[in-house]
Amino acid sequence: MAQKNPKDLILDIKDLVIHYETDDGTVEAVNGIDIQLEYGKTLGLVGETGSGKTTTALSVLRLVPDPPGVIKNGSIFLDGKDIMNLPQKELEAVRGHLASMIFQDPMTSLNPVFTVGDQISEVIALHENCSKAEADQKAGDMLEVVGIPRERFGEYPHQFSGGMKQRVVIAMALACNPKLLLADEPTTALDVTIQAQVLETMKGLREKYGSAMIMITHDLGIIAEVCDEVSVVYAGQIVEHGTLVDVFNHTRHPYTEGLFGSLPNIEIKRNRLSPIPGLMPDPTDLPKGCCFAPRCKYATPECEKARPGKKWLSDTHYVRCSRYDEPNFKIEREDQ
Amino acid sequence: MAATKAAPKKRSQFEEVWRRLKKNKMAMIGLAIVVFLVLLAVFADFLFDYEQVVIKQNTAIRLQGPSAEHWFGTDEFGRDILARLVHGGRISLVVGVIAVAIALVLGGTLGAISGFFGGKVDMLISRAMDILLAVPSLLLSITIVSALGPSIINLMIAIAVSSVPGYARIVRSSVMTVRDNEFVEAAKAIGANDAQIIASHILPNCLAPIIVQVSLKVASAILSTSGLSFLGLGVKAPTPEWGSMLSGGRAYLRNAPHLTVFPGLCIMLTILSMNLLGDGLRDALDPKLKQ
Amino acid sequence: MAKTILEVKNLKKYFHTPKGMLHAVDDVNFTIEEGKTLGVVGESGCGKSTTGRAILRLHEPTSGEVIFNGENILTKNKDEMRLLRRQMQLIFQDPYASLDPRNTVSEIIGEPLKLQKIIPDKAKRLEKVYELMETVGLAERLVNTYPHELDGGRRQRIGIARALAMEPKFIVCDEPVSALDVSIQAQILNLMQDLQEQMGLTYMFITHDLSVVHHFADDIAVMYLGQLIEKAPSGMLFDKPTHPYTQALLSAIPVPSLNKKRERILLKGEITSPINPKPGCRFAARCPYATDRCRSEEPKLKEIEPNHFVACHLCD
Repeated sequence: MAQKNPKDLILDIKDLVIHYETDDGTVEAVNGIDIQLEYGKTLGLVGETGSGKTTTALSVLRLVPDPPGVIKNGSIFLDGKDIMNLPQKELEAVRGHLASMIFQDPMTSLNPVFTVGDQISEVIALHENCSKAEADQKAGDMLEVVGIPRERFGEYPHQFSGGMKQRVVIAMALACNPKLLLADEPTTALDVTIQAQVLETMKGLREKYGSAMIMITHDLGIIAEVCDEVSVVYAGQIVEHGTLVDVFNHTRHPYTEGLFGSLPNIEIKRNRLSPIPGLMPDPTDLPKGCCFAPRCKYATPECEKARPGKKWLSDTHYVRCSRYDEPNFKIEREDQ
Repeated sequence: MAATKAAPKKRSQFEEVWRRLKKNKMAMIGLAIVVFLVLLAVFADFLFDYEQVVIKQNTAIRLQGPSAEHWFGTDEFGRDILARLVHGGRISLVVGVIAVAIALVLGGTLGAISGFFGGKVDMLISRAMDILLAVPSLLLSITIVSALGPSIINLMIAIAVSSVPGYARIVRSSVMTVRDNEFVEAAKAIGANDAQIIASHILPNCLAPIIVQVSLKVASAILSTSGLSFLGLGVKAPTPEWGSMLSGGRAYLRNAPHLTVFPGLCIMLTILSMNLLGDGLRDALDPKLKQ
Repeated sequence: MAKTILEVKNLKKYFHTPKGMLHAVDDVNFTIEEGKTLGVVGESGCGKSTTGRAILRLHEPTSGEVIFNGENILTKNKDEMRLLRRQMQLIFQDPYASLDPRNTVSEIIGEPLKLQKIIPDKAKRLEKVYELMETVGLAERLVNTYPHELDGGRRQRIGIARALAMEPKFIVCDEPVSALDVSIQAQILNLMQDLQEQMGLTYMFITHDLSVVHHFADDIAVMYLGQLIEKAPSGMLFDKPTHPYTQALLSAIPVPSLNKKRERILLKGEITSPINPKPGCRFAARCPYATDRCRSEEPKLKEIEPNHFVACHLCD
């Protein structure tokens, strides 16, 4: 197993545990997630609704709503700063400057009563100690960077289409040149052809500015396109992590296999899909053992006894599956 | 086969709502008070004799404060206030509830039609409601009672008509939000007609604001009654009625506050209990809040 | 040769808007054979959902013909239409909005049987509800639960059971899986496939997700701004996409595999407005190959090889 040098890490999350304590019980949203992301790299977090991927991203900026959210355990270091113990004032300086977030719905992340230009320039003025004119100038530059003519600076969000709005949001997120970009399903609300344009823009910008990125998505296709590494999240845990090649071509975890089996793929026409049976476990009442065991076709009674730990398969690739303790265990999906 | 397919503990809609309502303490308190007031009104004749106690004047004991003999004291004509309140409840509660019921049926139907169909129908109904709203409601009631002649029934009609636009607006706006839901389209797709859709899908989903409005409006109907009675257009003089007792006691507010305090408390208690019950019903009728 | 169950001729649906006439569906023609699936793909606002609803007369079409089993249903009166609804059903995209939150599972599934007086008896109706629940894979114990207590996949199964209750022949499926998680999506797609085989259903499958239709449909129709621009059997469309928009659409799908890197055609610009559209090809503004002819003359749908229809001047 490989421990990355902490000096190279923009983001170092260790054993993060986040619960939402509600009247109806405790939702165990994040149950021991580790993320080590190097400067300039892109990590994909894939998982289904309620797997805890958004909560993880929010915690990096300490934006988990509290109450009901409680960070129970873990450490988060962002560019060497201990986020968990940072005073409010410094946290505000981190947000938008060191790391910024792009939300899924561009319609709700823009304020309808301000012009898009003013919204971008406000972010710049807030973080960069410059005059209003300079900030406006830079905001105009940012609009051009994401492919929107500078002339539209004075227009309001409703005058833009969905794809354009998401580009405005991206421009806003990149305005202060953050070292880390947290993108939460940034293209889910968009049409395919528009999604292609936005992804292309994001890739281009990442190369230009060298930001690291966490891409949260449920779409393995998007991961294949933009990420360097992938973490597959299930019930608040990373069940498989590795480079793109590790996870896509040398898939090891049964859940990851199930995700691939569920996807209609235009490259290979199959007669039937092979979905994962059953449902996600109730996050207020997670199984004691492996959370995937009730849906897993390889599960043994052993799997239900204890949560599996990390099993490193190579320097870059680990799974949480106790079946790999057996020397000859293999899942059905073949290496590609 | 059939035996194994008995529905697992299927309760009827009513039982289900009652079970959920029972869990709500405040609603049960509200219900208890409402039942108590209704029982008092129903058995008023057994408690106090109308001719001898309620309307018979005895100036010797006028304006007395609460005592063992007259729990709530006596009014300016020496009549027992408790007795008058119990008998007055008959009129006030009946007028309040019936006026609201008439208004709800009229306003609700108009609002549902205008919200569901939209377009020209909506235009016509909404403008008519706007015209009614433009006239102060008391003035409107006065006009109606004057035209129909003063009587309790006409009084109820007058109060009902003046609150129709309020219901029509509330129902219309909630119908409009529910109307665009896909489940309405789904009902159309299986062949339901407009009346079936409104009755079984739209109105049940508009209940919350309507119930709140109803519980508040009962109170304002009681107060409107007093206003009209004060003008001589409602309940005639010796007949007790909460609103007119309240306004009649105004002149003695400084020296004999119990003349206004007790009717005021009765009205407040009615409103409060209706509100508590209304809120509880609203929650109990909403399956999403089921525990 | 299978029998044609549905034929749509010159279907138009315009909406009045404050800005002008919105051409939601503009002169669409296609046929669906019995027991087959026609996939209708396109991006938001292309009129695919409106087409589905116009066929079922949930939106009254502006003009055109919808011929179902040899009869033009647009000339039917209310009562005849009510009976026809037994044969033509709809499955919705949003399993949250399409079920009345105040009704239980059994009330929702039983509603068509009650309304259409197919099974007026309550106890017998419940029997049928159980039968339908089993068909779509819902556990019996859920019969008295409310939709909000269930997850998206189960809710979608309720929607499917409701559509199946009257034993229809033809079902319009409007994005039935796009609101679901991938693993649940696959379960529902498999269920729909099984039902089709068992009951000989005909589907019109509306979606924005090309990989889903590729998997599911026999024929695919691509729509753009209210018009049908390409239609072909599924395999042919994916092997030989001919319309420039279809090509761009296909290339834009992110593929969950590292092995093949495809050439991506990036479109410039945004979808133009469908309100009072200008003459000429509606895709011309974004098309990399557009000529002056494209901007002035509207291309007609032509058969360029057997069963492959394209509306593009480049094919001349």
